[in-house]
Amino acid sequence: MAELAPAVAHHFDDAEQQHEAATLGMWVFLATEVMFFGGLFTAYVAYRALYPGAFGHASNHLDVRLGTTNTAVLITSSLTMALAVRAAQVGAAPARIVRWLAATMALGSTFLAIKLFEYAHKFYEGLVPGPAFTYAGPDARQAELFFSLYFGMTGLHALHMVIGLGLLAWLVREARRGRFGRACHTPVENCGLYWHFVDIVWIFLFPLLYLVGRH
Amino acid sequence: MAARAPTVHYLNVDYGVRSWLFTTDHKRIALLYLGTITILFVIGGIFAVLIRLELLTPAGDLVSADTYNKLFTMHGIVMLFFFLIPSIPAVLGNFLVPLMIGARDLAFPRLNLLSWYLFVLGAAVSLWAMLTGGVDTGWTFYTPYSTSASVTNVIPTAVGIFISGFSSMLTGLNFIVTIHKMRTKGLTWFRLPLFVWAHYATSIIIMLGTPVIAITLLLVALERGFHLGIFDPALGGDPLLFQHLFWFYSHPAVYIMILPGMGVVSELIACFARRPIFGYGFVAASSLMIAVLGFFVWGHHMFTSGQSAYTAFVFSFLSMLVAIPSAVKVFNWTATLYRGSIAWDSPMLYALGFIGLFTMGGLTGLFLACLGIDVHVHDTYFIVAHFHYIMVGGTIMAYLGGLHFWWPKITGRMYPETLAKAAGLIVFLGFNLTFFPQFILGYLGMPRRYYAYPPEFQALNVLSTAGASILGVGYLLPLCYLLWSLRYGPVASANPWGAAGLEWRTPSPPPTENFATPPVVVRDAYDLDGMADAPAEAALG
Amino acid sequence: MGSEHIAPVRLYVTVFACLLALTALTTAVAFADLGRASTVIMLAIAVTKATLVALFFMHLWWSERLTRLVVGGALAWLLLLVGLTLADVLTRTVLG
Repeated sequence: MAELAPAVAHHFDDAEQQHEAATLGMWVFLATEVMFFGGLFTAYVAYRALYPGAFGHASNHLDVRLGTTNTAVLITSSLTMALAVRAAQVGAAPARIVRWLAATMALGSTFLAIKLFEYAHKFYEGLVPGPAFTYAGPDARQAELFFSLYFGMTGLHALHMVIGLGLLAWLVREARRGRFGRACHTPVENCGLYWHFVDIVWIFLFPLLYLVGRH
Repeated sequence: MAARAPTVHYLNVDYGVRSWLFTTDHKRIALLYLGTITILFVIGGIFAVLIRLELLTPAGDLVSADTYNKLFTMHGIVMLFFFLIPSIPAVLGNFLVPLMIGARDLAFPRLNLLSWYLFVLGAAVSLWAMLTGGVDTGWTFYTPYSTSASVTNVIPTAVGIFISGFSSMLTGLNFIVTIHKMRTKGLTWFRLPLFVWAHYATSIIIMLGTPVIAITLLLVALERGFHLGIFDPALGGDPLLFQHLFWFYSHPAVYIMILPGMGVVSELIACFARRPIFGYGFVAASSLMIAVLGFFVWGHHMFTSGQSAYTAFVFSFLSMLVAIPSAVKVFNWTATLYRGSIAWDSPMLYALGFIGLFTMGGLTGLFLACLGIDVHVHDTYFIVAHFHYIMVGGTIMAYLGGLHFWWPKITGRMYPETLAKAAGLIVFLGFNLTFFPQFILGYLGMPRRYYAYPPEFQALNVLSTAGASILGVGYLLPLCYLLWSLRYGPVASANPWGAAGLEWRTPSPPPTENFATPPVVVRDAYDLDGMADAPAEAALG
Repeated sequence: MGSEHIAPVRLYVTVFACLLALTALTTAVAFADLGRASTVIMLAIAVTKATLVALFFMHLWWSERLTRLVVGGALAWLLLLVGLTLADVLTRTVLG
C-alpha cells in the first residue's frame, strides 16, 4: 500500500520547509520545557544547599529499587520510540511502526503504574505534604519541603508522561491508517523528540530525588 | 489621484462570526487581539482612575485600605499581563511579520488562533477572579503573603496568568520559526526590517522566560490549594526563592514590552526622516543584546529584600551594562534624524515622544541600578514613575504610533490627521503631567501602594491626577477617530506614507494570501528609491 | 528528504546498553563511600546519559546548527537561573 505524501499547507513553499518548520518548532518548545522544569530544579538546588541533612534523610524514604526499575523502564521506552521513528523513516509496514509505538506505550504505562504505587505508599506512610504529613525523623519540616518538591517534580513529570501517552495513541491511530512512511514521518519524529525529552528529565530526577545521602 | 480599495481583501473575503472565530489568517487574528486588548486596556484604565481619585486627598477616604490594595494589584496585572505584553507583538507583530518577510502567513496558523483563545480564556479567568472578590497581593505575588496570609482570589488569578503565558509562548514560537524558515527569496537576515529583528529578539525572551513564571505561579497556586509547601517559611521555605523565580521572568518581561516598541520606532523614524536607520547592524545587534543581557539583571528588584551583598553587587553592575544597547538605539535613531528630511506626520510625533520619554525612563533606571540610590527610593513613587515612563511613555506611545502608521494598511482607510496630531500632543502633555510629579514624590519619600499619605504630598498628587485625566482624553480620541475612519475615512492607497518595506508593496487592505506573487528582495531595508506614492498623500486630515 | 539521516539499529541498541549500564553505575555510586564526590559523579553520569539520549535518540548529532544553538541556549539559560540563584543562597551569610 503506497503511503500518502504529506499535504503541504498553503503557506509553505514545499514539504521540506514544512518539515523544517515543524522540527524547529518542536525543539523551541522543548527549550521552554527545560525552563519550565528548570524553576523546580532551581528550588530543589537552593533547598538542598540549605538543608543537606534533611534532604538526605527524607530521600531515604524513597524506594531505590522502584526508582532504578522505573529509570530502566523509561530508558527502554526511549529505545522503542527511537525504533518506531526509524521504522517510519525507512517506510516499514504500518504494523511494524505500530508495534514499536505500542511497546513504548506499554513501557510508559508501566512507569506510571509503578509511580502510582509509590504515591499510594507515600500516602499510607503519611508523607504527602499538608496537614496529614507525619514524619518520624530529624528536621521534619525541611523533610516536608523535600516531599513537596518530590511530588511537584515527579507529578509534573508524570503529567508530561500522560500527555506523551496521548500523543502516542494518536500516532498509533494514524500509523494504522498508513499515514507514515518515507515521505511523511515528521509527526512521529517530533513526538519522539518530546518523549525523549521527558526521559531526560527523569534521568536527572532519579539521582536528585532517590539517591541523596544513601551512604 | 484618489486611491481605490481592492475589490477583494482579507476583511471582505468572508463574512460572519464563524469566519472570524475560526480564522487562521494572521491578519484577522491580529484584529481579534486588537479588540480584546483594547477592552482590557479600558478595564486596567478604570483601576488607574480609581487609584488616582483616591490619591487626590491625603486621607484614605474614597476606598478602604483593602480595596486600594486590590486596585493597584489588579491595575498592574491587567496592564502588564493582559495589555502590554501582548500589545505590539499580538496586534502589529501578528499582522506585519509575515507581510514584512514576504510570506503568506505565520508558520503555524492554527497555533496562532489557539494563542488568541488561550489569551481570552486566561483573561476571562483572571478577570472573573478580580471581579468576584479581587486580589490584593500586588502584581508581584510575593510570598508568604500570597501563599498563606492573603484571603483573596489568588489561585484563579494566578491560573489565568498561567494560561495567558501559553498564549504568549505560542506567539513567540510562531515568530521564531517563521522568521528563520519563511523569509522570501533574497531576504537575508541583514535585509530584514528592524521591526522583525525586534520581534525575533522579543520572542527569544518570551520562550526562555515565560516558562519560569508559569511554574512559579503554578507553585503558588499549589501551595495555597494543596499545601505543597515550596515557599512556606514554617517549613524552612525561602521568600527570596520566590522572588528569584518571579523576577527571572518579570525583568526580561519589561524587555518583552519595550523591544517591539523599539522595532516600531525604527520603522517610523526611517520613514519620516526619509533615511535608512543609521547603524542598522548595531540596532539589530542591540536588540539581541538586550534580549540576552536582560536575563542577567533580575536581582536589581531585590536589593532591599535580603539577598546577599555579593549578588547585589553583581546585579548592580550587570544592570548598568544592559543600558548600553538601549543607548545605542537612541543614538542611532538620533543620528538618523540628523540631516534627515523630517515629516511631522502623526506617527512621527509618537515616535519622537517615545525617544524622549523612553530616554528619561531608561536613565532613571540607571539611577536605580546604583545600590546606594535604590535603597532610598525602592518602593517609592520614584519607581512607579520610572516604569511608567518606559511602559506608558515608551511602549504605549510606540503602540499608538504603530497603530496610526499601519492603520491604512490594516483597514484601507486614513484617519483624520489633524485630530491625530492633537491627540498625540494631548497624550504627551497628559503623560508628563501625570508621571513627572511622581519622580519628585518618590524622591521626597512617598511610598508606593499606600492609599493615604502625609498632607505635604498633596499638591503633587493633585497635579498627577489632573494629568491622568488629560491622558485619558488623549487615549479616548484615537479610539473614537480610528473607529470613525473605518466608515468615513478616505480610502488609502497601497503606500500612503511612501515607506519602504514589503508590507507597502501589496494593496491596502492586503488580500488573504498577502501577495499575488511572492516578492523577491534585492535591496536593503529602508531603501526608499523607487517607492510609489508621495508622503503628501497622507495629509488628508 | 533534505539531509535526513537514518541511524542503524545497532547504534540505538548500543546507546541503550550504555544507558542501562550508566544507570546501574549511578545507583552503585550512591551506595559507595565517596563522600561529597558522589553527588558530583552522579550528576556527571546523568549529564552523560542525557547527552547520549539527545545526540543519538534525538538525532542532535546529525541536526542543523540552529537546532544545536536552541539546545545550547536552553541549557545555558537553565544554568543561569540555577547558578545565580544558588550564588545568592550560598553567599548570604558570607558577607552578611
